[in-house]
Amino acid sequence: MSAAGAGVTAPMLEVHDLAKHFGPVIALSHGELEVRAGEIHALIGENGAGKSTLVKILAGVYQPTSGTLLLGGQPFAPRTPAEARDAGVAVIYQEPTLFPDLSVAENVFMGRMPKAGAFVSRREMRRRTSELLALLGVEIDPDRPALGMSIADQQLVEIAKAVSLDARVLVMDEPTAALSGVEVERLFAVARQLRDRGAAVVFISHRFDEIFSLCDRITVMRDGAHVATENVADTTPPEVVRQMVGRSVDTLFPRTERTPGETVLSVRGLSRAGVFADIDLDVRAGEILGVAGLVGSGRSEVVRAVFGIDRYDSGTVTMQGAALPAADPEGAMRRGLALVPEDRRKQGLHVDLSVARNIALTLRWQIGRLGLISPGAEYREAETWAAALQVKARDLDTVAGTLSGGNQQKVVLAKWLSTKPTVLIIDEPTRGIDVGTKAEVHRLLDELAGQGVAIIMISSELPEVLGMSDRVLVMHEGRVTAVLDRADADAETVMAAATGVAA
Amino acid sequence: MSVGQLLRRRETSILIAIIVLVVVATSKNNGFTFSNDGFRDLMLAPALLVLLAVGQSIVIITRNVDLSVSSVLGIVAFATGKWFIGVPDIPIIVVILLGVLFGALLGAINGLLVTIVSVPSLVITLGTLYIIRGITVTWAGSERINASEMPKPFLALGTAKVGPVPLLALIALAVVVVAAVYMGFARGGRELYAIGSEPEAARLCGLPVARRTFFAFVLSGTLAGLAGVLFAARYATVASNAGTGLELQAVAAAVIGGVAIFGGSGTVAGAALGAVLLATIDRALPILGIPDFWQQAVVGALIIGAIVLDRVLAQRNARRLTSTSVRDHVQPPPALTVGGAR
Repeated sequence: MSAAGAGVTAPMLEVHDLAKHFGPVIALSHGELEVRAGEIHALIGENGAGKSTLVKILAGVYQPTSGTLLLGGQPFAPRTPAEARDAGVAVIYQEPTLFPDLSVAENVFMGRMPKAGAFVSRREMRRRTSELLALLGVEIDPDRPALGMSIADQQLVEIAKAVSLDARVLVMDEPTAALSGVEVERLFAVARQLRDRGAAVVFISHRFDEIFSLCDRITVMRDGAHVATENVADTTPPEVVRQMVGRSVDTLFPRTERTPGETVLSVRGLSRAGVFADIDLDVRAGEILGVAGLVGSGRSEVVRAVFGIDRYDSGTVTMQGAALPAADPEGAMRRGLALVPEDRRKQGLHVDLSVARNIALTLRWQIGRLGLISPGAEYREAETWAAALQVKARDLDTVAGTLSGGNQQKVVLAKWLSTKPTVLIIDEPTRGIDVGTKAEVHRLLDELAGQGVAIIMISSELPEVLGMSDRVLVMHEGRVTAVLDRADADAETVMAAATGVAA
Repeated sequence: MSVGQLLRRRETSILIAIIVLVVVATSKNNGFTFSNDGFRDLMLAPALLVLLAVGQSIVIITRNVDLSVSSVLGIVAFATGKWFIGVPDIPIIVVILLGVLFGALLGAINGLLVTIVSVPSLVITLGTLYIIRGITVTWAGSERINASEMPKPFLALGTAKVGPVPLLALIALAVVVVAAVYMGFARGGRELYAIGSEPEAARLCGLPVARRTFFAFVLSGTLAGLAGVLFAARYATVASNAGTGLELQAVAAAVIGGVAIFGGSGTVAGAALGAVLLATIDRALPILGIPDFWQQAVVGALIIGAIVLDRVLAQRNARRLTSTSVRDHVQPPPALTVGGAR
């Protein structure tokens, strides 16, 4: 590496006015980033701020729509991941991308295995992998397959891979999400070592304590655009939080005054080893309980356990005074619980079936006669709900997968609302749908609450949480870190609780 | 590798199954092994299927499948005869090379369709299976190429021996060894495993996924072409239906031999042994007096048994590997003061 003598001011990586459009969706509108050789640079922003898109452009996975990249002062336009790697850019992704059937050593050196003559030198590969893992201070057998490794160990293998590239630019996209304290410390030691050798390190994290102890400068992004770049020494966590969320809660959120009734669903001490712990939660009739937290904080896992899709180790779930049996989604449905899952296409919608069939699916017992479902009955039910939710489809025979994201979400909602739930759990109700439909979904949730339905709404969009909720429950790393009344909940308090920072 | 590991390998258990089968069949009828023809057929019968199984297993390892191999074999076998008829003095080696090239070309068409159109290979090669067979049927009509129409030295290849071992078996063995070394120890081979193990990760770490996948299909076509030429030499008569049904036998051989149907694991040697086992079953069961229907059922049971075994072993393996690395990721959160700076 030639950069060692370049001092700390030479920009190794420069990103100017970078944009990426996916059809009509703008994932990145104005990306700016300047990382110097010999610094660790934090990149921070809410989910959907455009960080991952920027990283994928650097890695050669996406091609930018417009904008320029400079690497070591030279124009840089990687067309493939291999080109980016060869130019000296290494990326550690949030989700480990290993080959389960191959050995750890092969995973580390895939695409550039050391050779002896015409063949791969397994001995050399094993030796170098052992060295790398020793550097990271972990004991992993280089010959074992990646299959069955914990996420943390997989992440460490990813890190070993990136370190072995001796990259000029190393991007770490939330590398610590699954690591324990000791492992994080080791990773930091390695990152500092790389920095001191003259690498430019980009560190993406939601943990302020990590950013402020590790990084030299910080760039904040919001809504696909650059907001600010500052020295870490010149800023504070509350300042950064303000820059991250800095937008007003606008008219997207129709909200009528409500007076919540009695508690209908109550969760006490719910725990599942390694996923979430000691969750207490109450929701009353006619209120919306917003659940905030970062991706991976265990929000979806908690509601899945409450609904009975996943098991839990201890704790109780009580609905209208009676215990709800564990791991029994059908029972939960009969008792009036409904769950609209996070991943619409995978978990909520049968993309190959018609709109009518989708909506009527949860009702198949009620509308069945002698175990058979008449198309007529299916249509009658589906029509009612499709009209109520203003599903825009040519007709009810339209295949659900061909609808727009917003209309798909309405179909999923219709399916669950047709069961007339007392408690509606909805996970990311407006992810990936357009603004107009978003407002409609919000209006609908508001109406439902007005009719006395208790709603638990998980959302990664802060404005949505703040705009819609009567109370906000915040989770951080599998625990409840705050329950805030509407009056006390604002962007700063929620973000602070979600990132585990004392603001 | 320890003795225990060796015993747990799929290759070992198949080899044992083959030996048991041969011993039992021989005890019933000495001629199964200890006659001139018997000994020869023991090694000759599986040779062509081994070639197809090697190609097939490489394609399956990349999380694809090549169903067209039987049609490729058929059209090349028929073309071989036509070349001898059309150009009476054509050297044998030229015909062999032409046949191999023809197979490679058809494999390249499969490869291009799979990698460029990005339609699942199951669909593409099911299509080419029928198309190529259709072309052969149109071309051949009711014509049948007979032994008298092909040169004697060429036909002799089909039954030629080097010492006690048939030439065809040696060719198959050579192909297995080269392919096994490539898949086990060359960069390209390891990358084929990576592509089948996790295609998305392969893309992210910059592997030339399309090029390697294309190569796997070309290889499968090439081996099917070679098998086509050898088919003509071995059986001396070729009609338009030559090789029909072999594609599923090749897939079966790979699966029985421990190649995971969703790619990423298994070995070429395992697939080759799977082919030998299938061919030996074919010959042994009639000798043991087992009716035709049950012969088919035995193959079916073997396939299901192999997959169930894979499943059980994979689960046990995953449990063993997981139990050594479980830890609790949840840490107590830092103290929180609500109501930060405004």
